[in-house]
Amino acid sequence: MTNHPTTTRATDRDTPRATTVGCSEPTVVPPPPPSNPEPGLHPVTIAGRTVRSRLFVGTGKYPDFPTMQAALDASGCEVVTVAVRRERLYNERGQSLLDFIDLDRYLILPNTAGCFTAEDAVRVARLGRELLGQLGNPGAGWVKLEVLGDRKTLLPDPVGTLEATRELVADGFNVLCYTSDDPISAERIKSAGAASVMPAGSPIGSGQGVLNPSNIVLCLELLKHGDPDYPVIVDAGVGAASDTAIAMELGADGVLLNTAIAHAKDPVTMAHAMRKATEAGRQSYLAGRIPKKRYATASSPLEGAITYIPGE
Amino acid sequence: MRIRLNGQPHEAPDNSTLADLLRDLGLADRPAAAEVNRTLVPKAEHASRRLTEGDEVELVTLVGGG
Repeated sequence: MTNHPTTTRATDRDTPRATTVGCSEPTVVPPPPPSNPEPGLHPVTIAGRTVRSRLFVGTGKYPDFPTMQAALDASGCEVVTVAVRRERLYNERGQSLLDFIDLDRYLILPNTAGCFTAEDAVRVARLGRELLGQLGNPGAGWVKLEVLGDRKTLLPDPVGTLEATRELVADGFNVLCYTSDDPISAERIKSAGAASVMPAGSPIGSGQGVLNPSNIVLCLELLKHGDPDYPVIVDAGVGAASDTAIAMELGADGVLLNTAIAHAKDPVTMAHAMRKATEAGRQSYLAGRIPKKRYATASSPLEGAITYIPGE
Repeated sequence: MRIRLNGQPHEAPDNSTLADLLRDLGLADRPAAAEVNRTLVPKAEHASRRLTEGDEVELVTLVGGG
């Protein structure tokens, strides 16, 4: 039976209906068929911990802590990054980040941002583990490893990154490692025991998006060869939700970002957009994109057209 | 005795322990990780770790970061 009901049923009252144009009898749009809600949005497992959200969000640079708190909530993230810094002993302490982060809700991932040597990165990782241990957060023993090579570009030092990865893995850490988009560096870091390799889309905080999608795909191919569940997260460079969607469409398991939300004109709305872009990008990747072609292919058949068609 | 605390000169009572220092700074009940001379001292050892002249102490906490 294909007869559609001509009267509104009780269940249709709240359903938005299409506007009817040029028709005296209003037509009722039938309810959509039941479908699997949001197919493909499976959780991802990193270092034995399974998270539903593939978006990882930083806690730096928000206009204020309440905005950060609302943005983290809107993003749907389950893992948030933090930095380790000296206690302010001589200035007014004011509000603390920790007063605005629900330690029962989020895994706190301490970073080694600002470290330019492997030795300093190892020190800072251990201090982060000590702090998360005191707080009883599962992030104790996790680290977002950054060993930077240059102040201006904040590009990673590949040698120091590899040294620090080896040392931290030997010390029992789950190392999530920021690196460039160089596929061979990525592979070396995985071989050193990193729980996740996190190639940069573009320099930290630059908002340039994924500058070399081809390299990200090569990283994914090499890192997932014979190990399809190995988690690869694009970290750094995202400027807008479309950048997140592109990273996910390439096949990344997740995206880690901070500035794109924190410095957006409206961080909370951008956090919503990032959540949806992460999901949309993942679904788009799983659904399988069409190949790119040089010329057009008509969606409507030419056969049966009543019109003049050049070349026919 | 004179130590360096978070990169600054600091005067601490002789025979102070790391736990004493944290208490004097009002940090006893706050999450704070400590290094002495670039080596981490776990919280369980703060009370037994005695400081000596010239020690370099770092006290850190968590702040916003990406």
